Amino acid sequence: MGILEVKNVSKNFGGLKALNNVTLDVRENTVHAIIGPNGAGKSTLLNCLVGKLIPDTGSVMFDGQSVLGRKPFEINQMGISRVFQTPEIFGDLTVMENMLIPIFARRDGAFRMHAIESVAHESAVLEQAEKMLIDMKMIDKRHMHAASMSRGDKRRLEIGMCLSQEPRLLLLDEPTAGMARADTNNTIDLLKQIKAERDITIAIIEHDMHVVFSLADRITVLAQGTPLVEDEPQNIRGNPKVREAYLGETA
Amino acid sequence: MDAFLLQILNGLDKGSAYALIALGLTLIFGTLGVVNFAHGALFMIGAFCAVTLERLLTLSFETIDPTKTDFLGNPLKVKTPYVESWFGPETGAAIIDWSVPLALIFAIPVMLAIGYAMERGLIKHFYKRPHADQILVTFGLAIVLQEVVKYFFGANPIQTPPPEALRGSVDLGQMIGFQANAIIYPIWRLIYFFFAVAVIGGVFAFLQFTTFGMVVRAGMADRETVGLLGINIDRRFTIMFGIAAAVAGLAGVMYGPLNPPNYHMGMDFLVLSFVVVVVGGMGSLPGAVLAGFLLGILESFASTTWATTTLPGINQIIIYLVAIIILLTRPRGLMGRKGVMED
Amino acid sequence: MLGLGKKDTTLLIVVAVLTLCAPFILNPFPAGSAMAQFNAGYPDLMQRFVIFGIFAVGFNILFGLTGYLSFGHAAFLGVGSYSAVWIFKLFTYNVLPAIALSVVVAGLFSLLIGFVSLRRSGIYFSILTLAFAQMSFALAYSVLSNPKFNLTNGETGLQVYTDDPQWFHSDRLPDLPHLFGLSMRATHTMHMGDWSFSFNTGYYLCAVVMLLVFYLAIRIFRSPFGMMLRAVKSNQQRMNYTGLNTRPYTLAAFVISGMYAGLAGGLMAAMDPLAGAERMQWTASGEVVLMTILGGTGTLIGPVLGAGFIKYFENIFSKINDTVLHGWFGFLPDGLEDVMVFIVHPFIGKGWHLTLGLLFMLVVIFLPGGLVEGGQRLARWIRGRRAEDSRRKTEPAE
Repeated sequence: MGILEVKNVSKNFGGLKALNNVTLDVRENTVHAIIGPNGAGKSTLLNCLVGKLIPDTGSVMFDGQSVLGRKPFEINQMGISRVFQTPEIFGDLTVMENMLIPIFARRDGAFRMHAIESVAHESAVLEQAEKMLIDMKMIDKRHMHAASMSRGDKRRLEIGMCLSQEPRLLLLDEPTAGMARADTNNTIDLLKQIKAERDITIAIIEHDMHVVFSLADRITVLAQGTPLVEDEPQNIRGNPKVREAYLGETA
Repeated sequence: MDAFLLQILNGLDKGSAYALIALGLTLIFGTLGVVNFAHGALFMIGAFCAVTLERLLTLSFETIDPTKTDFLGNPLKVKTPYVESWFGPETGAAIIDWSVPLALIFAIPVMLAIGYAMERGLIKHFYKRPHADQILVTFGLAIVLQEVVKYFFGANPIQTPPPEALRGSVDLGQMIGFQANAIIYPIWRLIYFFFAVAVIGGVFAFLQFTTFGMVVRAGMADRETVGLLGINIDRRFTIMFGIAAAVAGLAGVMYGPLNPPNYHMGMDFLVLSFVVVVVGGMGSLPGAVLAGFLLGILESFASTTWATTTLPGINQIIIYLVAIIILLTRPRGLMGRKGVMED
Repeated sequence: MLGLGKKDTTLLIVVAVLTLCAPFILNPFPAGSAMAQFNAGYPDLMQRFVIFGIFAVGFNILFGLTGYLSFGHAAFLGVGSYSAVWIFKLFTYNVLPAIALSVVVAGLFSLLIGFVSLRRSGIYFSILTLAFAQMSFALAYSVLSNPKFNLTNGETGLQVYTDDPQWFHSDRLPDLPHLFGLSMRATHTMHMGDWSFSFNTGYYLCAVVMLLVFYLAIRIFRSPFGMMLRAVKSNQQRMNYTGLNTRPYTLAAFVISGMYAGLAGGLMAAMDPLAGAERMQWTASGEVVLMTILGGTGTLIGPVLGAGFIKYFENIFSKINDTVLHGWFGFLPDGLEDVMVFIVHPFIGKGWHLTLGLLFMLVVIFLPGGLVEGGQRLARWIRGRRAEDSRRKTEPAE
C-alpha cells in the first residue's frame, strides 16, 4: 500500500496523448523519482496530482482518499505540498512573512477572518517560522524582500515553506533546473537532510541524473506518456529500455 | 417585418461607432498587450479635428460693403472666409459645407501622429508593468487630453453639421420594396454605417493582404518568434498603434453630425467600448467588430416601446447585463482565443 | 497601545491630533487677508476631507492589499447615501441609524457584486466592476425613479420632503440631520484676533468616525488576514498551493472596502440630506482611484493624504483666477507677468482637472508609491545630505 496510488491515468490534449494509462505507486517515507525525456508527460502527471489538471480516466488516491475533482488548495490541505520548477514564493513579502503564511494556513485552514488579531502577537507561529528559517539557514535574511534573493535562496525558502506545513507528501518539480552546480549540490544536501530528519514522502521529477541517483529510493521512467519501468536505482542504470528512451531522444 | 428591420438599422450607427472604437482597442491590445483607457479620448479628438477644420475653413477677414448698410445706417461689415475669396464664393462655400468629410483627410495624419507620439512617449514604458498600471496611466492621459480639448473648445457641445446634400432622410423601405414611409432613415447615419464598414474592411484587408499586415498578425500570435526572425516587430506595432488611433479618430470625425461633440464624449464611449471588446473576446478583431454591431443592435431593440414597457430601463443596462453574463459564462468572449487572459 | 506597534501608535496619534485640530491647522491665514482664500478650515470642505479619506482608506484595503483594481466603488458610496436618506425620509433625522443602515446595505450590495466580479481577475475584474457600477448608475438615474416605484428620485436626487412620514421625528428635534438633537450643521465660530476658526458638529462626527475606521484599517493591515491579502497580490498560485482559498479572502476585502464606501456615503448624506445618482458614476469611482494612488497605494496614511490633497486642490486651486495670478506675478516686469499668467492659466480655476491628470500621470510613471514614497525619498535625501555634512565636518580637510 503506497501513500500515493495512481491507477490507469490517461490525459489527452486534443489529439495528443500526454498520459497513457499511467499506474504508479509511491510508498510512504521513500523518495520516488519520476524521470523521462522531454515531453514524456512528467509535468502533466504532476499537475494531475495537485488538482491543476483533471485526468480523463483513472484514479489518484492519496492516503486512501481520491484527490480528483478537488481544488489545489484542498489537496494541499490533505497533506500534499508542491515545489515548482521556478520558485513560486511571495516576492513582495519579506522572507519571514513568506514563512508565516504556510504556518497560518496549516493552523487556520483554507480561510479564516483573523482581521483584528495582530501578527506580532502570534508568538507560537512566529517561533515556528523562526525555527524553520534557522533550519533553512536563512534566519539572517528574514527581513529581506523575497524577490531580491538569489535563485538558490528562493528555492530553499520555497522548500522551507512547504516543509513548515508538515506535509505527508512533498512534490518537487525539477528542483535544480537552471541552477549552478554549487546550488544544485546544496539542494541535494538539503533534500538528503530532510529525508534523514523527517517522516516525509518525496516524489521528485528531475532531469538531472546526478540528482536522481543521489536521492531516489525508487525510480519510475516515463516515456511518451507511458511508464516504462519502475525499479530501484541500481537496476535502472543498466536497463536497456531506459537507455533506448533517452538515446531515442538524443538521436 | 419592417419594424424589425428598422430596429436593426437604428442599431447600426451606434454599433458602427462601438465596432470602430473596439477595433482600435483590440488592435492595441492584440499587438502591444496594452489596455488603453485613453482610446475614448482619441475618438473625441477625432471629432474635434472636424471642429478645428471647420473653424480653420471659416477663418475670415472683414470688408466693408458700401452697398449695404446695417440697421443704424452705417456701412455693413461683411465677413468673408479666406477660402471663399481664394476659390470664389461658390466653391468656397461648398468647401466649408463639406468640412466634415474633408476633415477625414485632415484627421488621418493628425491622428497617426498623435498615436505615434503616444506610443513612443508613454505607452512604450509600460509594456513590462502590470495591466493595472497601464490602465491607470492611460486613464490619467485621457483626463489630460479631454481637459486640453475643454480648454480650447469649451465645455458645451459644438454643432458639426453634415454637408447640405447629405442632410435629411431617405425612405429606405420604399427602396427595398416595403410600403412608403415605413422605414425613414437619416442619410448621414447610413453613410456612417457604410463608412464604418469601409474602414473595417480596409483594416482587415491591410492586415490580410499586405506583407506588413502579415508580419503584424504573426507578431500578434507569437511576438517572440517573429522577433527572433530578425524583424523589427516593435516598430510595426508602433505603426499599428498609430493606425488604431487613426481608426478611432476617423470614427470620431464622422460621428460629429450624429451627436455634437463635447469634451467628455470619449469617456462616455470608452466604457461601452471596453464592454464591447470583452464581449467580442479580448484580442479578437472580428470579435470586436461583431460584438460592436450586435450590441448596438441589441441596444436598439431594448429601446423599443415594447421592451421598455415590459422591463423599464432595460435599454440603459442591456449592454452591461450581456457583458456580465458573457464574462461569467464564457470569459474569452464570442470569438476570443482560448487562454488569452482567461482568469 | 490599543494593540498596535509603536510606529502605528505614533501614526494614529498624529492623525488623531491633526484631524481634531484641523479647524486650526487648515485656517492658518487671518480672515480677510489676501491669503485667506487658501484657508480650508470651513466645515463643508473639512467634512469632505475626512469623508473621502474614509472612502479612500477603504478602497486601499482592496486595491492596496490585494491588487484588485475596482472601477466601481462609487456605486457603494451611492447606495450608502440613498439608504441614509431613506432613513431620514421614513424614520428619523438621527444620523446613527442612517449611517448604520448605509454600511449594512453597502456591505450586502458589495457582497453581491464582489461575488460575481471576483470570479475574474486582472483587467476583467476592473471591467466587470465598471460594468456593474455603470449599471447601478443607469438604474438609479432612470429606472428606479418611475412613479410606481420611486427609489432614487432620478435626476433631482433623493431628498427629504415635508410630507415624508418621518415616524420618529418630533418638533423638539432639529429639522436637519442630527445626533440626538445635536444638529450636524451646528457650528461654533471662535475668533482670535484676526483669525477665526469654525468647529462644526458634523465635521467632528466624521472625524471621530474616520479615526475609528482608520484604527480598524491599521489593525487589518497588521493582521494575519491583511498579510494573506498581500499574499494574494503577490502570488495567487503559491496561495493555492499553500492550502489557502483566495476567493473568500478577496471577497472579504471587497466587502470591507464596500462597507467603508457605504459609510462614506452615509456620512455624506448625514452632512447634507441629499443623494444623487451622479455619485455612482464611474468617474466618481475613478476619483477614489486617483486619491489612493496619488497618496500611496498600500500604505496606511497615503489614501488619507491623497483624499485631502485632491479635495483641497479641487476646492482651492479651482478658485484661483487670473486676478490672483496677476497678484502673484506682479513683481515681474509687465510683459513677463502676462506671459507667466498665460502659462499658468490653463492649469488653474476650471482647468484644475488638467493639473490633476498630469500630476496623476507623473505619479504613476515616476512615483508608484505616491506622495508617501515621495516623502520618504525626500526624507532619505535630506538625511543623506546631513550625514554627508557631518562626515565632512568630522573629516579634516586634506
